[in-house]
Amino acid sequence: MDKKIDKIKEQLISGKITRRDFGQFLIALGITGASAGTLLSWAERNAFAASPKRGGRLRAGIAHGSTTDTLDPAAYENGFMQGVDYAIQNHLGEVDHTGAMKPELAESWEAQNNAQTWVFNLRRGVEFHNGKTLDSDDVIASFQHHMGETKSPAKSLLKQVKNMRRDGKYSVIFELSGGNADFPFVASDYHVPIKPSSGGKISPNDGIGTGPYVLNEFEPGVRFFAKRNPNYFKEGRAWFDELEMLSIVDPTARTNALTTGEVDTIDRADLKTAHLLARKPGIVLKEVTGTKHYTFPMLVDVAPFDDNNVRLALKYALPREQIVEKVLFGHGVVGNDHPIAPSNPFHASSLPQRKYDVDKARFYAKKAGGVKVKLSAADAAFPGAVDAAVLYKEYAAAAGIEIEVVREPNDGYWKNVWMKKPWGACYWGGRPTEDWMFSTTHYSGADWNDTHFKDEKFDKMLIEARAETNQDKRRQLYYDMQKIVSDEGGTVVPMFANFVFAAHKKVQHGTMAGNWMMDGNKFHERWWFA
Amino acid sequence: MSHILKVIAQRISLGFLTLFTISLLITFGVELLPGDLAESILGQGATPETVKVFRAELGLDEPAHLRYLNWLGGIVTGDLGVSLASKREISELVGIRLANTIFLGGFAATIAVPLALFLGILAALFRNTLFDRAINTFTLTTISFPEFFVAYILILFFAIKLGWFPGISNISTDLSFGDKLYRTLLPATTLTLVVLAHMMRMTRATIINLLASPYIEMARLKGIRPIKIILRHALPNALAPIVNVIALNLAYLVVGVVIVEVVFVYPGLGQLMVDSVSKRDIPVVQACSMIFASVYILLNLSADIISIVTNPRILHPR
Repeated sequence: MDKKIDKIKEQLISGKITRRDFGQFLIALGITGASAGTLLSWAERNAFAASPKRGGRLRAGIAHGSTTDTLDPAAYENGFMQGVDYAIQNHLGEVDHTGAMKPELAESWEAQNNAQTWVFNLRRGVEFHNGKTLDSDDVIASFQHHMGETKSPAKSLLKQVKNMRRDGKYSVIFELSGGNADFPFVASDYHVPIKPSSGGKISPNDGIGTGPYVLNEFEPGVRFFAKRNPNYFKEGRAWFDELEMLSIVDPTARTNALTTGEVDTIDRADLKTAHLLARKPGIVLKEVTGTKHYTFPMLVDVAPFDDNNVRLALKYALPREQIVEKVLFGHGVVGNDHPIAPSNPFHASSLPQRKYDVDKARFYAKKAGGVKVKLSAADAAFPGAVDAAVLYKEYAAAAGIEIEVVREPNDGYWKNVWMKKPWGACYWGGRPTEDWMFSTTHYSGADWNDTHFKDEKFDKMLIEARAETNQDKRRQLYYDMQKIVSDEGGTVVPMFANFVFAAHKKVQHGTMAGNWMMDGNKFHERWWFA
Repeated sequence: MSHILKVIAQRISLGFLTLFTISLLITFGVELLPGDLAESILGQGATPETVKVFRAELGLDEPAHLRYLNWLGGIVTGDLGVSLASKREISELVGIRLANTIFLGGFAATIAVPLALFLGILAALFRNTLFDRAINTFTLTTISFPEFFVAYILILFFAIKLGWFPGISNISTDLSFGDKLYRTLLPATTLTLVVLAHMMRMTRATIINLLASPYIEMARLKGIRPIKIILRHALPNALAPIVNVIALNLAYLVVGVVIVEVVFVYPGLGQLMVDSVSKRDIPVVQACSMIFASVYILLNLSADIISIVTNPRILHPR
């Protein structure tokens, strides 16, 4: 029943049916009374009076972009290139507004052999911008670009793929080194778009894909311009005729561009002035809670952070609410010292929320024999990191804990400070699944395990949960893992930051996805002009 | 005449020596910075394995002096090389940006230089009156403010409150000349306000200084009108110091405007250089610094030549 309701909700949002039809469907399904009322008011809020219309040029001001960007998927390094990727290319699957995986270039997939073998069945008749039809060779070549001898950051992600082979023209079989129930998420990572291949290789810089927009002009760090792909295989998507993305790194310039009408939408609204922006006539501020979070990771194999009493003392001395108020200006939620977001499917919502507690902090500090530490921070870690660190220092002093805040230079932060200094600051975009997030940060052998966390029991549970198909067992395993990380791990997670962006009121959309900024960074194909 | 040619030849060879020294300094300066292109581009995604592969791909595993000599060999034959990050021909990459920067610099100069001379002459004419003091105060104020502050004030009034001009100046090659002028008026005005004081006050000071000379007193006794005294008798002799100051400011208009470029999102050379330094894209940094250094050297050379030409004592040495 739920599936049927979801289906008609989708049709309403994509404009295939009107609100009147929606109401009729509800009656036909036998939904009346209070539940119908809720659904109808949902329809009121989410299906705008005008259903999606074709036309117009969307101009977007993006906070990222550098003159060193290239079209090579192995070098996608910032939000601008991710937006470009989703505009001109597609992946095997995509994350929808509920955080679930939906088919994109693969029309279906199935797990075999305890989720250790995955079969992806490709859509037929999909054409690349150069006319070539999509087939399994393209998929295999696109994945191989990131495997073996490669500079791609997706290399460690794809290490789990032992073998890939085609099963006819429209089917690809992946053999993994271990069971992974979440493999479709991995296979749809933004680093791995499907590109046309020739002789088993892709041309990484050709800018050709199956995507909703065809690349017209690309000036790295300045401007990306594309025109609508008339052959786009998805129905109900890609409403704009033209797409223009401008790289506007300076926050003031970006805000000005929106308020003076130079662009129709911007990402990363400046948090300090977001409330003023929201008040401007004609501008709508948009906010989505996703998986983005900011952390203060400690190296648990370096003194004094190797003593869990020190770690707990610092976790209790953290003024979470105040940091969300002062650094995020209220645009976020407090974290519970583990990297799983409220929007993740197996979030441990019943795990007690740790709060700022001077007595407990003092207690653990005493057990540790006093806490006197240095915290390295720079705004390169996350905007407001230095402010957050200073706030932390002031509140921790009330519990007798001494924190010395060391301001590091932004330049070279990721090389010299992160994972080098014993205690620093970091940000994570987050991952759509618990397994992916934990495998990236807390698995003992992970490249980006920035706390050097090593727990055999945790590793075992991680691998067990990965292949577990029983949802309740999975939920219990992930609950336990979140508890372990929160109570014994080395990372302090003060907050999950919302995605805050803005658009002119003529820009319309349905319920937005929370996996990346701006509706999963697929704003160009999901939004339309009123 | 041959004297001038000799001077020019000397200066040009000195210029080449300067360029060579600068290229050495810049290269080794960027090498000293932590990290290299492979790590900067991969960012948070850098692992020892991926960095190693990237480095090999770019030839960054060769020692620094070998890479420098390779680059030097290329530059001498006119080949600026290829950007490490995007593999694009640097000449193409820099060409567009340089054209944009020169367009903005030229636009600002066309407004600033005549305006500075005009105001300087007027101020000299009406020295110590209210007009003179007002002009001095105003230009000193605008040069004292940081450029981005002046830029924001202009944007606030002319783009947001009045809506006469666009808030950002992102020009592209398909715009008409008139469109480009319209979109770059605000940044050009910002730059004008910033460089006005130096040129105007130098003009004023030099002219006032000359007005104390005996031959000017003679002209006044002859009954010549003040404006003609200034334009025909004082100004030609004042040209040497004024031209030097103008050359310095023109060079600044090309080289020092990265902040204005960022605030107005103008695709110029300064922004390119900052991006390349932060990503350690050494060939691009070297190419940009060579261009900037050449601009300075050429402008200074022109200023010196004009000084010589306007001073008959140096032009025809005994």
